[in-house]
Amino acid sequence: MSASPSTYDGVAAVLSLLVLLTEFAMLRAPLLRSQVRLYAFQSLVVTVLAVYVAYSKHIDELYVLAALSLVLKVALVPALILRLLRDANTDLAGSSVVGVASAILIALVVAAFGFFSVGSLQVSSSSLPTSSLAIACAIVLVAFVLIILRSDVVSQAIGFFSLENGVSVASLVVASGLPLIVDIAFLFDLLVAVVVFGVIMRVHHARNATLSTSDFDRLKG
Amino acid sequence: MSVVIVMLVCLPFATAVVSWLAPVKFSQYLTITVGVITFVLALALLPRATHSTMSVGSLLQADALSVVFLLAVTFLYATTSLFAKGYLSLGDGASGARYGKRFYAGFNLFCWSLVVAPLVNGLALLWVAIEITTVISALLVAIDDTDGAAEAAWKYVLLASLGLGIALFATIMMYYAGTSVFGASYSLTYPTLLAGAVHFHPDVVRFSFVLAVLGYGTKMGLFPVHTWLPDAHSEAPTPVSALLSGALLAMSFYAILRFFQIAVRTLGPGFPRDVLLIFGVATLLLAALYLLSQRDMKRLLAYSSVEHMGIMAIGMSFGATIAVVGVLLQVLAHAAAKGTAFFGVGSVVRKFGTKEMARIRGGVGTLPWSGPMLVMAVLALSAMPPFGIFRSEFDIVYGGLTEPRDVAVAIFVVLVVLSFFGLSWFTTETMLSENPSDRAPGVDGAVIVTKGEVSNWIVVAMATGIVALLILGVHPPSQLTQLLDRAANELGSP
Repeated sequence: MSASPSTYDGVAAVLSLLVLLTEFAMLRAPLLRSQVRLYAFQSLVVTVLAVYVAYSKHIDELYVLAALSLVLKVALVPALILRLLRDANTDLAGSSVVGVASAILIALVVAAFGFFSVGSLQVSSSSLPTSSLAIACAIVLVAFVLIILRSDVVSQAIGFFSLENGVSVASLVVASGLPLIVDIAFLFDLLVAVVVFGVIMRVHHARNATLSTSDFDRLKG
Repeated sequence: MSVVIVMLVCLPFATAVVSWLAPVKFSQYLTITVGVITFVLALALLPRATHSTMSVGSLLQADALSVVFLLAVTFLYATTSLFAKGYLSLGDGASGARYGKRFYAGFNLFCWSLVVAPLVNGLALLWVAIEITTVISALLVAIDDTDGAAEAAWKYVLLASLGLGIALFATIMMYYAGTSVFGASYSLTYPTLLAGAVHFHPDVVRFSFVLAVLGYGTKMGLFPVHTWLPDAHSEAPTPVSALLSGALLAMSFYAILRFFQIAVRTLGPGFPRDVLLIFGVATLLLAALYLLSQRDMKRLLAYSSVEHMGIMAIGMSFGATIAVVGVLLQVLAHAAAKGTAFFGVGSVVRKFGTKEMARIRGGVGTLPWSGPMLVMAVLALSAMPPFGIFRSEFDIVYGGLTEPRDVAVAIFVVLVVLSFFGLSWFTTETMLSENPSDRAPGVDGAVIVTKGEVSNWIVVAMATGIVALLILGVHPPSQLTQLLDRAANELGSP
């Protein structure tokens, strides 16, 4: 990373950083609704990144991917979850095990760990924006923090979807040449997962009249 | 042979669609027929797979390694569909019909995804197939609509999806490792990756392999990411538990082996083996301890699955060809033994109306056929001769001693013996104990039942499993041994 970064690297890094910051914003969002909106915004940034990579590397296939991700991740998935929320009539996210400040601190430490561990991989390649990959790794880890600290099914599901956004960032910056069919298969799988998450969330809500996971303690040992 | 592969990929899917539309009675028999047909088709692939790799286009491929796992999956598909016919008591009403429709559509779709996973060619498609197995099986875990099922399904779908998120990251890193050899755009098929693996960047491959073990390890039940497993296995309908345990866990192991295959070419055998050894020993230790303290029959079998996954990981870490052959034989034998054990437990649960071991007494006396066969299956799981797992674990230990990995072998043997205690305690308590109806009624809160089998379908399914275990243990057919040898060679360094 001694050479000065190119414009491409810089823009990619800024966009990935924006995704990471959204992840942090999710950590402090107390309302489930704002959580979902933040996810939609995050997906939008990932879509912009896809368009940018497509434009600067002249990979036309990625435009298709960007369009699909715009429809699915920015519009459809948030709409599905918002509908579930309307039906469930719940606004507040499950209370964190720790306060917001501690949550952010934990996330910072974890993100730094992800960032520097990828940095220590010593992969130097002209085609690879190493910093973006390191940020993607941090996004994935912070998503884990979100899932672990939140105790309601919607936040946990959003945490998983945003983890997928982190992996998307990684795939855009290091594997932009991945065949389109594979990308589409990934997106399709995400859609199926969203539907299944939705079904199980509904089952849970129908049985227990809550979105909280606090009574998920029957099975142990 | 391409016709056979294409049929394997199409038939279960078509069956799932038909099951959704047709009456339940018809779906039950259709599922059994298709289950048996897929097993026969998988057997038909065996002779060719012992000496060559078959492929259909660039998407499907069957080499020796895939056929080993395919045999395990299709065997369970056939026997579980027999078992399900006897196990499910669907009422005549509309709710029974709706449940049956959902169950059979989901069951066939689940089997379809499990059959497709070993046949696809490439890490990306493999990921997609395994993700499909997750989402469908999560719905099947939730199908009973109880509090426990909802909780188990949520834990399962969340943890497994997170694991697969990590596995996707691993896949992308592997793709990136290949870009230095093949350029920015190429296809992630196995032959391509294996051909170029020697020139991949070692750090990236190392990173990718660890992520893959962690990610797919979540679904395989490796410590510390196994926590969904006992819940899902105990709350799912028993036919689904059998498939989860015998086929789904094995399929995630298969995915790890595909990464292993590439990693040994890039990094040499040392690092990948060490990673598997660490995860394997931790997993086996945890399972052996938890096996001693179980009160629920299905959770006990679930921890036994965790144990066997640990054994497979350790066996791979020994590296000697004979140990790898043992691991692959273990995949087959574990599928047969765990399927049979779950069928037996299903029979017991139907009979006694509870999974709690404290309330089940005199199983062998009450269930004249499935009782003794359940004991045999549990003995098989404890690696007793003459069953298949005895042979496979013997191979693994022997391989470990030739390598030599003496300390690891010693730990391995101690932990396996410890798990044997847990399993045999369960058997003597519940199955070989006195029948409560012979004593004063209701002693110790045990459930009192009349003697007799729940269903002959269950007996047939279990008998098939026991026969398979005997064949694998006493004298595996020569073509199967050739297949295992070839698969073990495919996994070794070139």
